[in-house]
Amino acid sequence: MPNGNGTIINMQGIHKVYDTGKVKVDALKGIDLKIQRGTFAAIIGPSGSGKSTLMNILGCLDVPTDGVYEFNGERVDGLHHNRLAEIRNEQVGFVFQNFNLLPYATALENVELPLIFKGVPTKKRRERAVELLEKVGLGERVSHLAIELSGGEMQRVSIARALANNPSLILADEPTGNLDTKSGRAIIELFEELWQKGHTILIITHDPNIPQRTERVIHIKDGQLTENGNGAH
Amino acid sequence: MRIWHFLKYYLHDLRKQKKRAGLTVLALVWGTFSILMLLAFGEGLTRQLDKARLGLGDNIMIVWGGQTSITHQGLPRGRKIWMRPDDDKLLERLIPEIKHAGGEYHRWGVDLIRGKTVLSQHVTGIPPSFEEMRTHYPSAGGRMINQADLDMRRRVMYLGYELKQKLFGDEDPVGRLVELRGIPFTVIGYGQDKMQMGMYSGPDVDKASIPVTTFKAIFGDQYFDNMVIQVYNTDQSEYVKRRVYEVLGAKYKFSPDDEDALGIWDTVEGMKQFNAMMLGIQIFLGIVGGMTLLIAGVGVANIMYVVVKERTREIGIKMATGAKRRHIMNQFMLEALLVCFTGGAAGILISALACYLLGLIPVNSGNDAMNWLGRPTISTTIGVIVASILAVIGIFSGLFPARKAAGTNPVESLRYE
Ligand SMILES: Nc1ncnc2c1ncn2[C@@H]1O[C@H](COP(=O)(O)OP(=O)(O)OP(=O)(O)O)[C@@H](O)[C@H]1O
Ligand SMILES: [Mg+2]
Repeated sequence: MPNGNGTIINMQGIHKVYDTGKVKVDALKGIDLKIQRGTFAAIIGPSGSGKSTLMNILGCLDVPTDGVYEFNGERVDGLHHNRLAEIRNEQVGFVFQNFNLLPYATALENVELPLIFKGVPTKKRRERAVELLEKVGLGERVSHLAIELSGGEMQRVSIARALANNPSLILADEPTGNLDTKSGRAIIELFEELWQKGHTILIITHDPNIPQRTERVIHIKDGQLTENGNGAH
Repeated sequence: MRIWHFLKYYLHDLRKQKKRAGLTVLALVWGTFSILMLLAFGEGLTRQLDKARLGLGDNIMIVWGGQTSITHQGLPRGRKIWMRPDDDKLLERLIPEIKHAGGEYHRWGVDLIRGKTVLSQHVTGIPPSFEEMRTHYPSAGGRMINQADLDMRRRVMYLGYELKQKLFGDEDPVGRLVELRGIPFTVIGYGQDKMQMGMYSGPDVDKASIPVTTFKAIFGDQYFDNMVIQVYNTDQSEYVKRRVYEVLGAKYKFSPDDEDALGIWDTVEGMKQFNAMMLGIQIFLGIVGGMTLLIAGVGVANIMYVVVKERTREIGIKMATGAKRRHIMNQFMLEALLVCFTGGAAGILISALACYLLGLIPVNSGNDAMNWLGRPTISTTIGVIVASILAVIGIFSGLFPARKAAGTNPVESLRYE
C-alpha cells in the first residue's frame, strides 16, 4: 500500500503560463505546496483560479513553466515525456468531472487501460480489473459499454481505473460536479473509504460539503494559495 | 494492443465516416488493381513473347556462308564461302560447347500436289535435331523426321501447321501422300500451331520439311543454305561464335578475324537484350501503377488525420492513464496499415479474378493484340512487389498522422470537445 509517512508532494515556486500566442495567461503564480503521504485534502477556489492547472501539474500531465516539483522524492519538472508517462501510469490516478472514459469500450476495458500500458499480461489484467470493479460496487457491470452506464456508475469505473496500478496519489477534479446529490455523496464515501485504507487523495471541488470531511483544505485564488486548512501537516 | 479492442475501434472509426472511408478504400482497391493489372499484362506479354521467341528456338544461332574481306594465306579477298553437308558434324565434333549443329536447305516456290490442290510452297531439308533446336515439335499422332529417314533418304514429309490446314483441313494427314516434283511423299507428322517471333526464312507453320539427305538427292544442292547451332550455355555464345570462325576458317582458309566470311545471327545475344527490354517495360508499368497507389496513400493519410482529430479525447485519456507516445503512434500506424491492407486485399482479389476471367477467353494464334495482351499473369514476384509497395504506402500514410497524434498535448486533448 502506498502508505507510510513522508512527503509525497513538494512544490516550490511553481509557475504556469499559458501562452496562446496572442495572450499570456498567468494561471499559477508561485505555488509552494507540501503534502504528506496519506493526506485527504480538498482544493477549493473560484472558477478560473487555477485548480485544474495545479492538478495537471501535480499529476505530471502537464509541466510547470517555472519552479521545482518533487514527487515521491523525484524531481519531475523537466523530465522526459516517457518517464512522465510512466509516473502517470504507476503513481497517479486521475478522476475527472466528465469521467473521461472510452465511450465504446466496456467498463472492464476502461479499467484495463493503465494495466495495458504497464504491460500486465492479459489474464492478470482481467482479474485485476474485475477485482477493482467489484471493489467499487460494479461487479455486475463489467461488460457494459461506458455509454450504457449512469453518471454515478461511470465515475465508479473511472475510480476503479485510477486505482488500477495502485498509485500513491489520487487526483480528482470535481468528481461530483456532474452527478446528482445522492450519487455524489456515494462517490465521496468511496474516496473516504480509500483514504482510510491509506491512499493519498486530493479533490478539487465546488461542493461545500466536501471540505468539511477532509483533513485539509487548500484554498487557491488567482493562481496563488491562501491556505487555511485544519492544521497543515 | 489487444487485437479485439483495436479492431472494434478500427471498424468504429470507419463506420463513423462511411463516405470518406469508403472512397479511400475504393482508391486503394483501384490503385492495387491498376498496378497489379499493369504488371500482370507486362508479365503476360513477356511470357507470350518468350514463347514466341522459343518458336524459333532457344539458345540458337544461325550461320550463313559469306564473302571474305581479308586476304589470307595468299588467297584474295572477295571469295565466297560455301558450307558443305558435313560441316555441321565437324562443328559438333570440334566444339564441345555445341549441343546440336544442323545444316539446312531451302527451296521456294515448289509445287506440292494433293488431289486437285496444287500449292507453291517453301520446302526445307532438315536433320532430326531441328525437333529440339528449332522447336519442330510434332502434334499428337505424328512424328518429326528421324535419323533413319536421313540414313535411308526416305520420302517422308513433315508439314507446318498452316500448310497442313491448307492441304488437309481438319483431317489427319499422317500416312497420306503429297506429291513433290512428281514424287509421292508420305506425311509422317505436322507441327503445332506455334507462335514464332524471330525468323530467318519465313514462318515454320508454312513450310514443308523433308530429310536433309532426301533434299540433296532430289534437288542436287552441293552446299547448305545455312546451319543452325544450339549452345548448351547462354554465356558461351560469344566463345562458340569465335570457335566457329576458327574451325570453318581452317577448313575454308579464311582468317578467323574475317567477320564477313560468315554471317551469324546470334539469337542468344538478342534474347539478353530482349530480357533487359522486358524488365524495363515491367519497371515502367510498375512505376505508373505505383503512382496510382501513391494517390490512394494520400487519401489514407487524409482520413487518418481526420481520425486522429476525432479521437483527440481518446488520445488524452490514454496519455492520462500512462500511454507513452509510442503507444499512441503504434495504434494509428496499425490502423493506417489495416486500411491499406483492407483495400489492398480487395484489389488483389479483384485482379486475380480479372486475370482468371481473361484467361477463359480463347486466344487464336493469329498475330492479333489478344495474343499478346490476353494472358495477364500475376506471378509470385509481382505479388511480393505489390505487397511491399502497399506496406510502404501504409507506413508513410500512417506515419505523419500518427506522429501528430503522438505529439498531442494531453491537457489540451482532455479539454477538447
Ligand atoms: N490550455 C489553456 N490555454 C490558455 N489558458 C488556459 C488554459 N487552461 C486554462 N487556462 C486559463 O488558466 C486559468 C486557470 O484555469 P483552470 O482551468 O486551472 O481553472 P479552474 O480553477 O480549474 O477553473 P474551474 O473551476 O472553472 O474549472 C484560467 O484563466 C483559464 O482560462
Ligand atoms: Mg477546472
